[in-house]
Amino acid sequence: MDYGHSERPSGAVALPTAIKILVAGGFGVGKTTLVGAVSETRPLRTEEVLTESGVGIDDLSGVEAKRTTTVAMDFGRITISEDLVLYLFGTPGQDRFWFVWDELALGAIGAVVLADTRRLADCFPSIDYFEGRGTPFLVAVNCFEGARHYRLDEVQAALNLDPEVPVLLCDARQRESAKEVLITLVEHAMKLREARRSAD
Amino acid sequence: MTVQGEPADHQWVDDHAGPVVRPYAVTGGRARPVTGTFDLISLVKATRTDVSPEIGLGPEHLAIVGLCQRMQSVAEIAAHLDLPVGTVRVLLGDLVARSLVQIREPHGTVGVPDNSIFEAVINGLRAL
Ligand SMILES: Nc1nc2c(ncn2[C@@H]2O[C@H](COP(=O)(O)OP(=O)(O)OP(=O)(O)O)[C@@H](O)[C@H]2O)c(=O)[nH]1
Ligand SMILES: [Mg+2]
Repeated sequence: MDYGHSERPSGAVALPTAIKILVAGGFGVGKTTLVGAVSETRPLRTEEVLTESGVGIDDLSGVEAKRTTTVAMDFGRITISEDLVLYLFGTPGQDRFWFVWDELALGAIGAVVLADTRRLADCFPSIDYFEGRGTPFLVAVNCFEGARHYRLDEVQAALNLDPEVPVLLCDARQRESAKEVLITLVEHAMKLREARRSAD
Repeated sequence: MTVQGEPADHQWVDDHAGPVVRPYAVTGGRARPVTGTFDLISLVKATRTDVSPEIGLGPEHLAIVGLCQRMQSVAEIAAHLDLPVGTVRVLLGDLVARSLVQIREPHGTVGVPDNSIFEAVINGLRAL
């Protein structure tokens, strides 16, 4: 939809469209670092204020019926062309804010799930979520110093992933590495789209 | 503007409840915009270079018009003005109703984008 299309106010111009990619994974796995490594500016932070009913907590006291919770999201922007702007969103904590995840995942072209091999189970909820939604995703193993190196097929097996889900190593601090992760994701999303189309 | 690691110390913030007073006051207590839905990545641009104060427009409305001289997403407006996204949506509804900003809804909220978009993204990322 394009507001004011039929009656363009003077000064209105053609605006680009925006698309987004999500960056998910466990606490402290490098989501914000990856967003910052490829974005035009330092990651920005935005907040959604939810009433507690929005996060599924019932207030039985009845006194403060409108208590709220703040969910913070980090994001960055990459201007692809005059017509296209890409936003990267780091997803908030994996356990409580599915409401916000649903909003973020709507229309996302895909998701990067960051994993740390020292705490591999931390990324299970993200993987479950994107599998359940049918959002194209890949797993990028962020290589922290001191972490034992596993082969990618070991990670793939440990995560019980579909063989078609890409698994790759990355260093979330390095722009080139972060770029490669995103390019692999978009290529994967494009392949899935074609496969789904020819299956229909 | 709130950047990672720089706390917004000019706001009265309760760790559990978030910003307590201001957003409510800014919107006059309204929770929903008068028009529009405003995705986080809907793009916004001002249609005028300046707007003089008028009834119904607060300083935050004018700040949005100022910020959106250059196109911004809803999420960027919220981050730069240090307001919750819900508050920004309400303010944007007022501005759309007065044709002071134009909005472009994002790609892909309905259906999957087509191949040309994927290809453009891949090429754009390679060129970074
Ligand atoms: N060695 C190493 N350190 C990293 C890497 N990526 C991130 N870090 C560090 O890990 C810490 C956490 O990174 P963040 O980007 O804040 O992680 P996050 O996932 O956004 O964290 P939360 O939002 O708190 O869940 C920071 O100190 C980073 O500098 C990496 O690839 N290698
Ligand atoms: Mg973070």
